[in-house]
Amino acid sequence: MRLLIGFLFAFAVAAAFGLGLTQFALTRGTAFGAITIGAWTAWPKTGTSDIDPYARAAIARSGELPIGSGDGVAFFASSDDAGRALDGRCMVTVAGTTPAARFWTITLYDLDGRLIPNAADRYGFTSQEIARRADGTFEILIGPRARPGNWLPTGGIDRYVVVLRLYDTPVGVATRTAKDAPMPAVAAAGCA
Amino acid sequence: MIRWLLWLLGGLLLGGIVHLATVLLLPRTATQDAYTRLSATAPANNIMPLPAPTPDDAVLPFMDPAFATAVCRYDLAAGPLKLRVPVSQAYTSVSFYARSGIAYYAINDRAAAGASSSSI
Repeated sequence: MRLLIGFLFAFAVAAAFGLGLTQFALTRGTAFGAITIGAWTAWPKTGTSDIDPYARAAIARSGELPIGSGDGVAFFASSDDAGRALDGRCMVTVAGTTPAARFWTITLYDLDGRLIPNAADRYGFTSQEIARRADGTFEILIGPRARPGNWLPTGGIDRYVVVLRLYDTPVGVATRTAKDAPMPAVAAAGCA
Repeated sequence: MIRWLLWLLGGLLLGGIVHLATVLLLPRTATQDAYTRLSATAPANNIMPLPAPTPDDAVLPFMDPAFATAVCRYDLAAGPLKLRVPVSQAYTSVSFYARSGIAYYAINDRAAAGASSSSI
């Protein structure tokens, strides 16, 4: 009897621990091959045949097609430079320059990868349509209330993720530091 | 006490195996992966434009709304594939994915310069 209870206990622990670990690893994203620059993280190997088993499982689960490395690279930011999670009820600025790329886009998604509904039907900017300062840098304001300049509406959503996609870019698996790839700064600018 | 700790340790070890097994098996058993989602709308061996993603409706998650996307579910059983892509003024690229969603090859208009076709 004690043996049976012991086995049941061990199996319960195994199921909870194993499945919990899988769930955690697939939703949080793993550190394998990740490049983190400031608030931004990219997994360039996910766009190659060298993709690791965790990323394979993660894309099979989410149903997305990762951007191919010959096409470009996607950087994700779900918190600001200070590490605070991005909150759609607050203002956040994304300012500075991007690494060299022929074309880039910046887009807001909810945590499941859906675009964020808003009255302006505006989901992101591209390098061609963004308004820049005289020195070539730009500033994007992300928040629930309309602002002059490059404003992206959050619709007051709780959590979201900003995705910066660089197309036709030298940034990739060989990139290591901010020196290779200067990313825009992500900063909280107060809650309304 | 010691006995329970041993059972716990055994459970954790077994849990590690469960974890690795589920990660490795998941791509084969996923019912909502990209290929399955596209199967619902895209016929085999035909280029089909995907509707632009909206908050309520997107064929795939994390699609870039700045792009017009078209997909082709190719089947190489009957022979190789030859793809000719018209080059537009804007950035254009072609990505090849395996059934499992692995992006094994991608090329953009400038890298393809001149070679307007590629075959596999």
